[in-house]
Amino acid sequence: MLMPSLTVHAGGLTLHNPVLLAAGILGTTGASLRRAALAGAGGVVTKSIGSVPREGHPGPTVVGVECGLLNAMGLPNPSYKEFQEEIEIAKTGGVPVIASIFGSSAEEFAKIARGLEPDAFELNLSCPHAEKYGSELGRYPEMVEAVTGAVKAAANVPVWVKLTPNTADIAELGLAAQRGGADAVVAINTLKAMAIDIETGYPILGNRFGGLSGQAIKPVAVRCVYDLASQLEIPVIGVGGVSSWEDAVEMIQAGACAVQVGTALLKGYSVFSEITEGLSRYLERKSLTPEELCGLAGRRK
Amino acid sequence: MKPINSIIQEVRSEAPSIRTFRVDRQLDPAPGQYVMVWVRGVDEVPMSFSGPDAITVQSVGEATQALFRLSAGSSIGLRGPLGKGFVLRGEKILLVGGGVGTAPLAFLGEQARGAGLEVTSLLGFRSSEDLIFQNRFGALGDTIITTDDGSFGIPGRVAAGLKGLDLDEFSQIYLCGPELMMWDIISRCKDRANKIQACINRYFKCALGVCGSCCLDPEGLRVCVEGPVVMADRLLESEFGRYRRGPGGGKGLCRG
Repeated sequence: MLMPSLTVHAGGLTLHNPVLLAAGILGTTGASLRRAALAGAGGVVTKSIGSVPREGHPGPTVVGVECGLLNAMGLPNPSYKEFQEEIEIAKTGGVPVIASIFGSSAEEFAKIARGLEPDAFELNLSCPHAEKYGSELGRYPEMVEAVTGAVKAAANVPVWVKLTPNTADIAELGLAAQRGGADAVVAINTLKAMAIDIETGYPILGNRFGGLSGQAIKPVAVRCVYDLASQLEIPVIGVGGVSSWEDAVEMIQAGACAVQVGTALLKGYSVFSEITEGLSRYLERKSLTPEELCGLAGRRK
Repeated sequence: MKPINSIIQEVRSEAPSIRTFRVDRQLDPAPGQYVMVWVRGVDEVPMSFSGPDAITVQSVGEATQALFRLSAGSSIGLRGPLGKGFVLRGEKILLVGGGVGTAPLAFLGEQARGAGLEVTSLLGFRSSEDLIFQNRFGALGDTIITTDDGSFGIPGRVAAGLKGLDLDEFSQIYLCGPELMMWDIISRCKDRANKIQACINRYFKCALGVCGSCCLDPEGLRVCVEGPVVMADRLLESEFGRYRRGPGGGKGLCRG
């Protein structure tokens, strides 16, 4: 029997399925990105790349907590000057390669964008644990708009903007990205969090605090996606705690045109085929296309 | 998993820059598996087990230097055991180790002897004063030792000790040491690479298989969860012995 097509058009890209590898997960090398593509990801997002090499924060950089992971990697990367070769290897996986980039100003973002040739950019305006970067810019709507505009002017590929949930009103940030010309917004990055070693009182992460991902944040992500989808004209890509096809369906019903999977890679690369196969069976059972499923919750009155 | 608080029971000096730390936890590791050692306030680094409740550490950087300042009664945080360890195969095995890389092999050899296997060891050190675990290996069976400076045993690199061995006798070869030493052995034994289990090392951060810092080209093998013990035939066409990535993900030279 012919399974329904999972092809979606998301933020200027055509994806053969709507389940992508999220930024920061297995995205340091072209080989690991290609492996995600070959395992069934509809697209892959790289580790965030900056203008100069960074080693990242001291360890522990990741700690398992109740219902998720806490991390403070600290944006380790070899700089954009060394990264195009990884993007080229990643592209041999046969799916779009989205370069996540970060900077401390609109100019720095634009400089990196001019130095890389991915299929799209994802602007990291939301990392919660690196000084001068990420959400330190991304919590200001005017900064989101300025950075988005600068990268749009510098790049000739689609530009997605990844938003922080560590704000009173994420839709305000989404609207700023839209004004800047973004082709899509991606929500959400991790939630600011910390864990303490009770034997000694030491914060466990080397950076003391970090960001929470995984199942614990899924309801927060669903709400953010719902809010964004109901107020924005541009597409929303949902990320945060998606680990099963049921999670993907829920995120799409909230208004996401595609989803990204990160922490669930703890179970291995098979998570992509598990989610896409389950999603496919669901759509067939409901006689729905992915587009018809998108935003269903907003249409239920 | 959060780090488990562990008390150091004993610190033993093995060589000028190598110490064994025995802890109060039986983590039930397989030889070749590792544990993430959190020296609070400094860093968290991966260490191979040299026994069921012990790690043997060479002082090479900030975290290991901080660990060397600790003594019996001090506490550290441990996450583990992690990764895939060695698997015993056959009746007669060869252990090939270099420097502090001999530590997990001593642990493996003791398990193998307990299971009734015949164990031969080929061990290389820089100099006689760097020798560790001579008694442990000696108790297992035949032991050949090489030193780079010729101050003990056969002069030369570990490979110099291969000459006296008939490799066909061994059902499996277990390898751990500096990368270039391991690559030297694997290169010389390409035709039997599918019988060599190599315990390798890359820059581990998450130790959970998600952050991507330890992925090996060109397959994208996640060494922290799919290794650190890898069959050597998977290494022949890989980056191993050619380059390795640093903490930022950029490529650099192999050390040692």
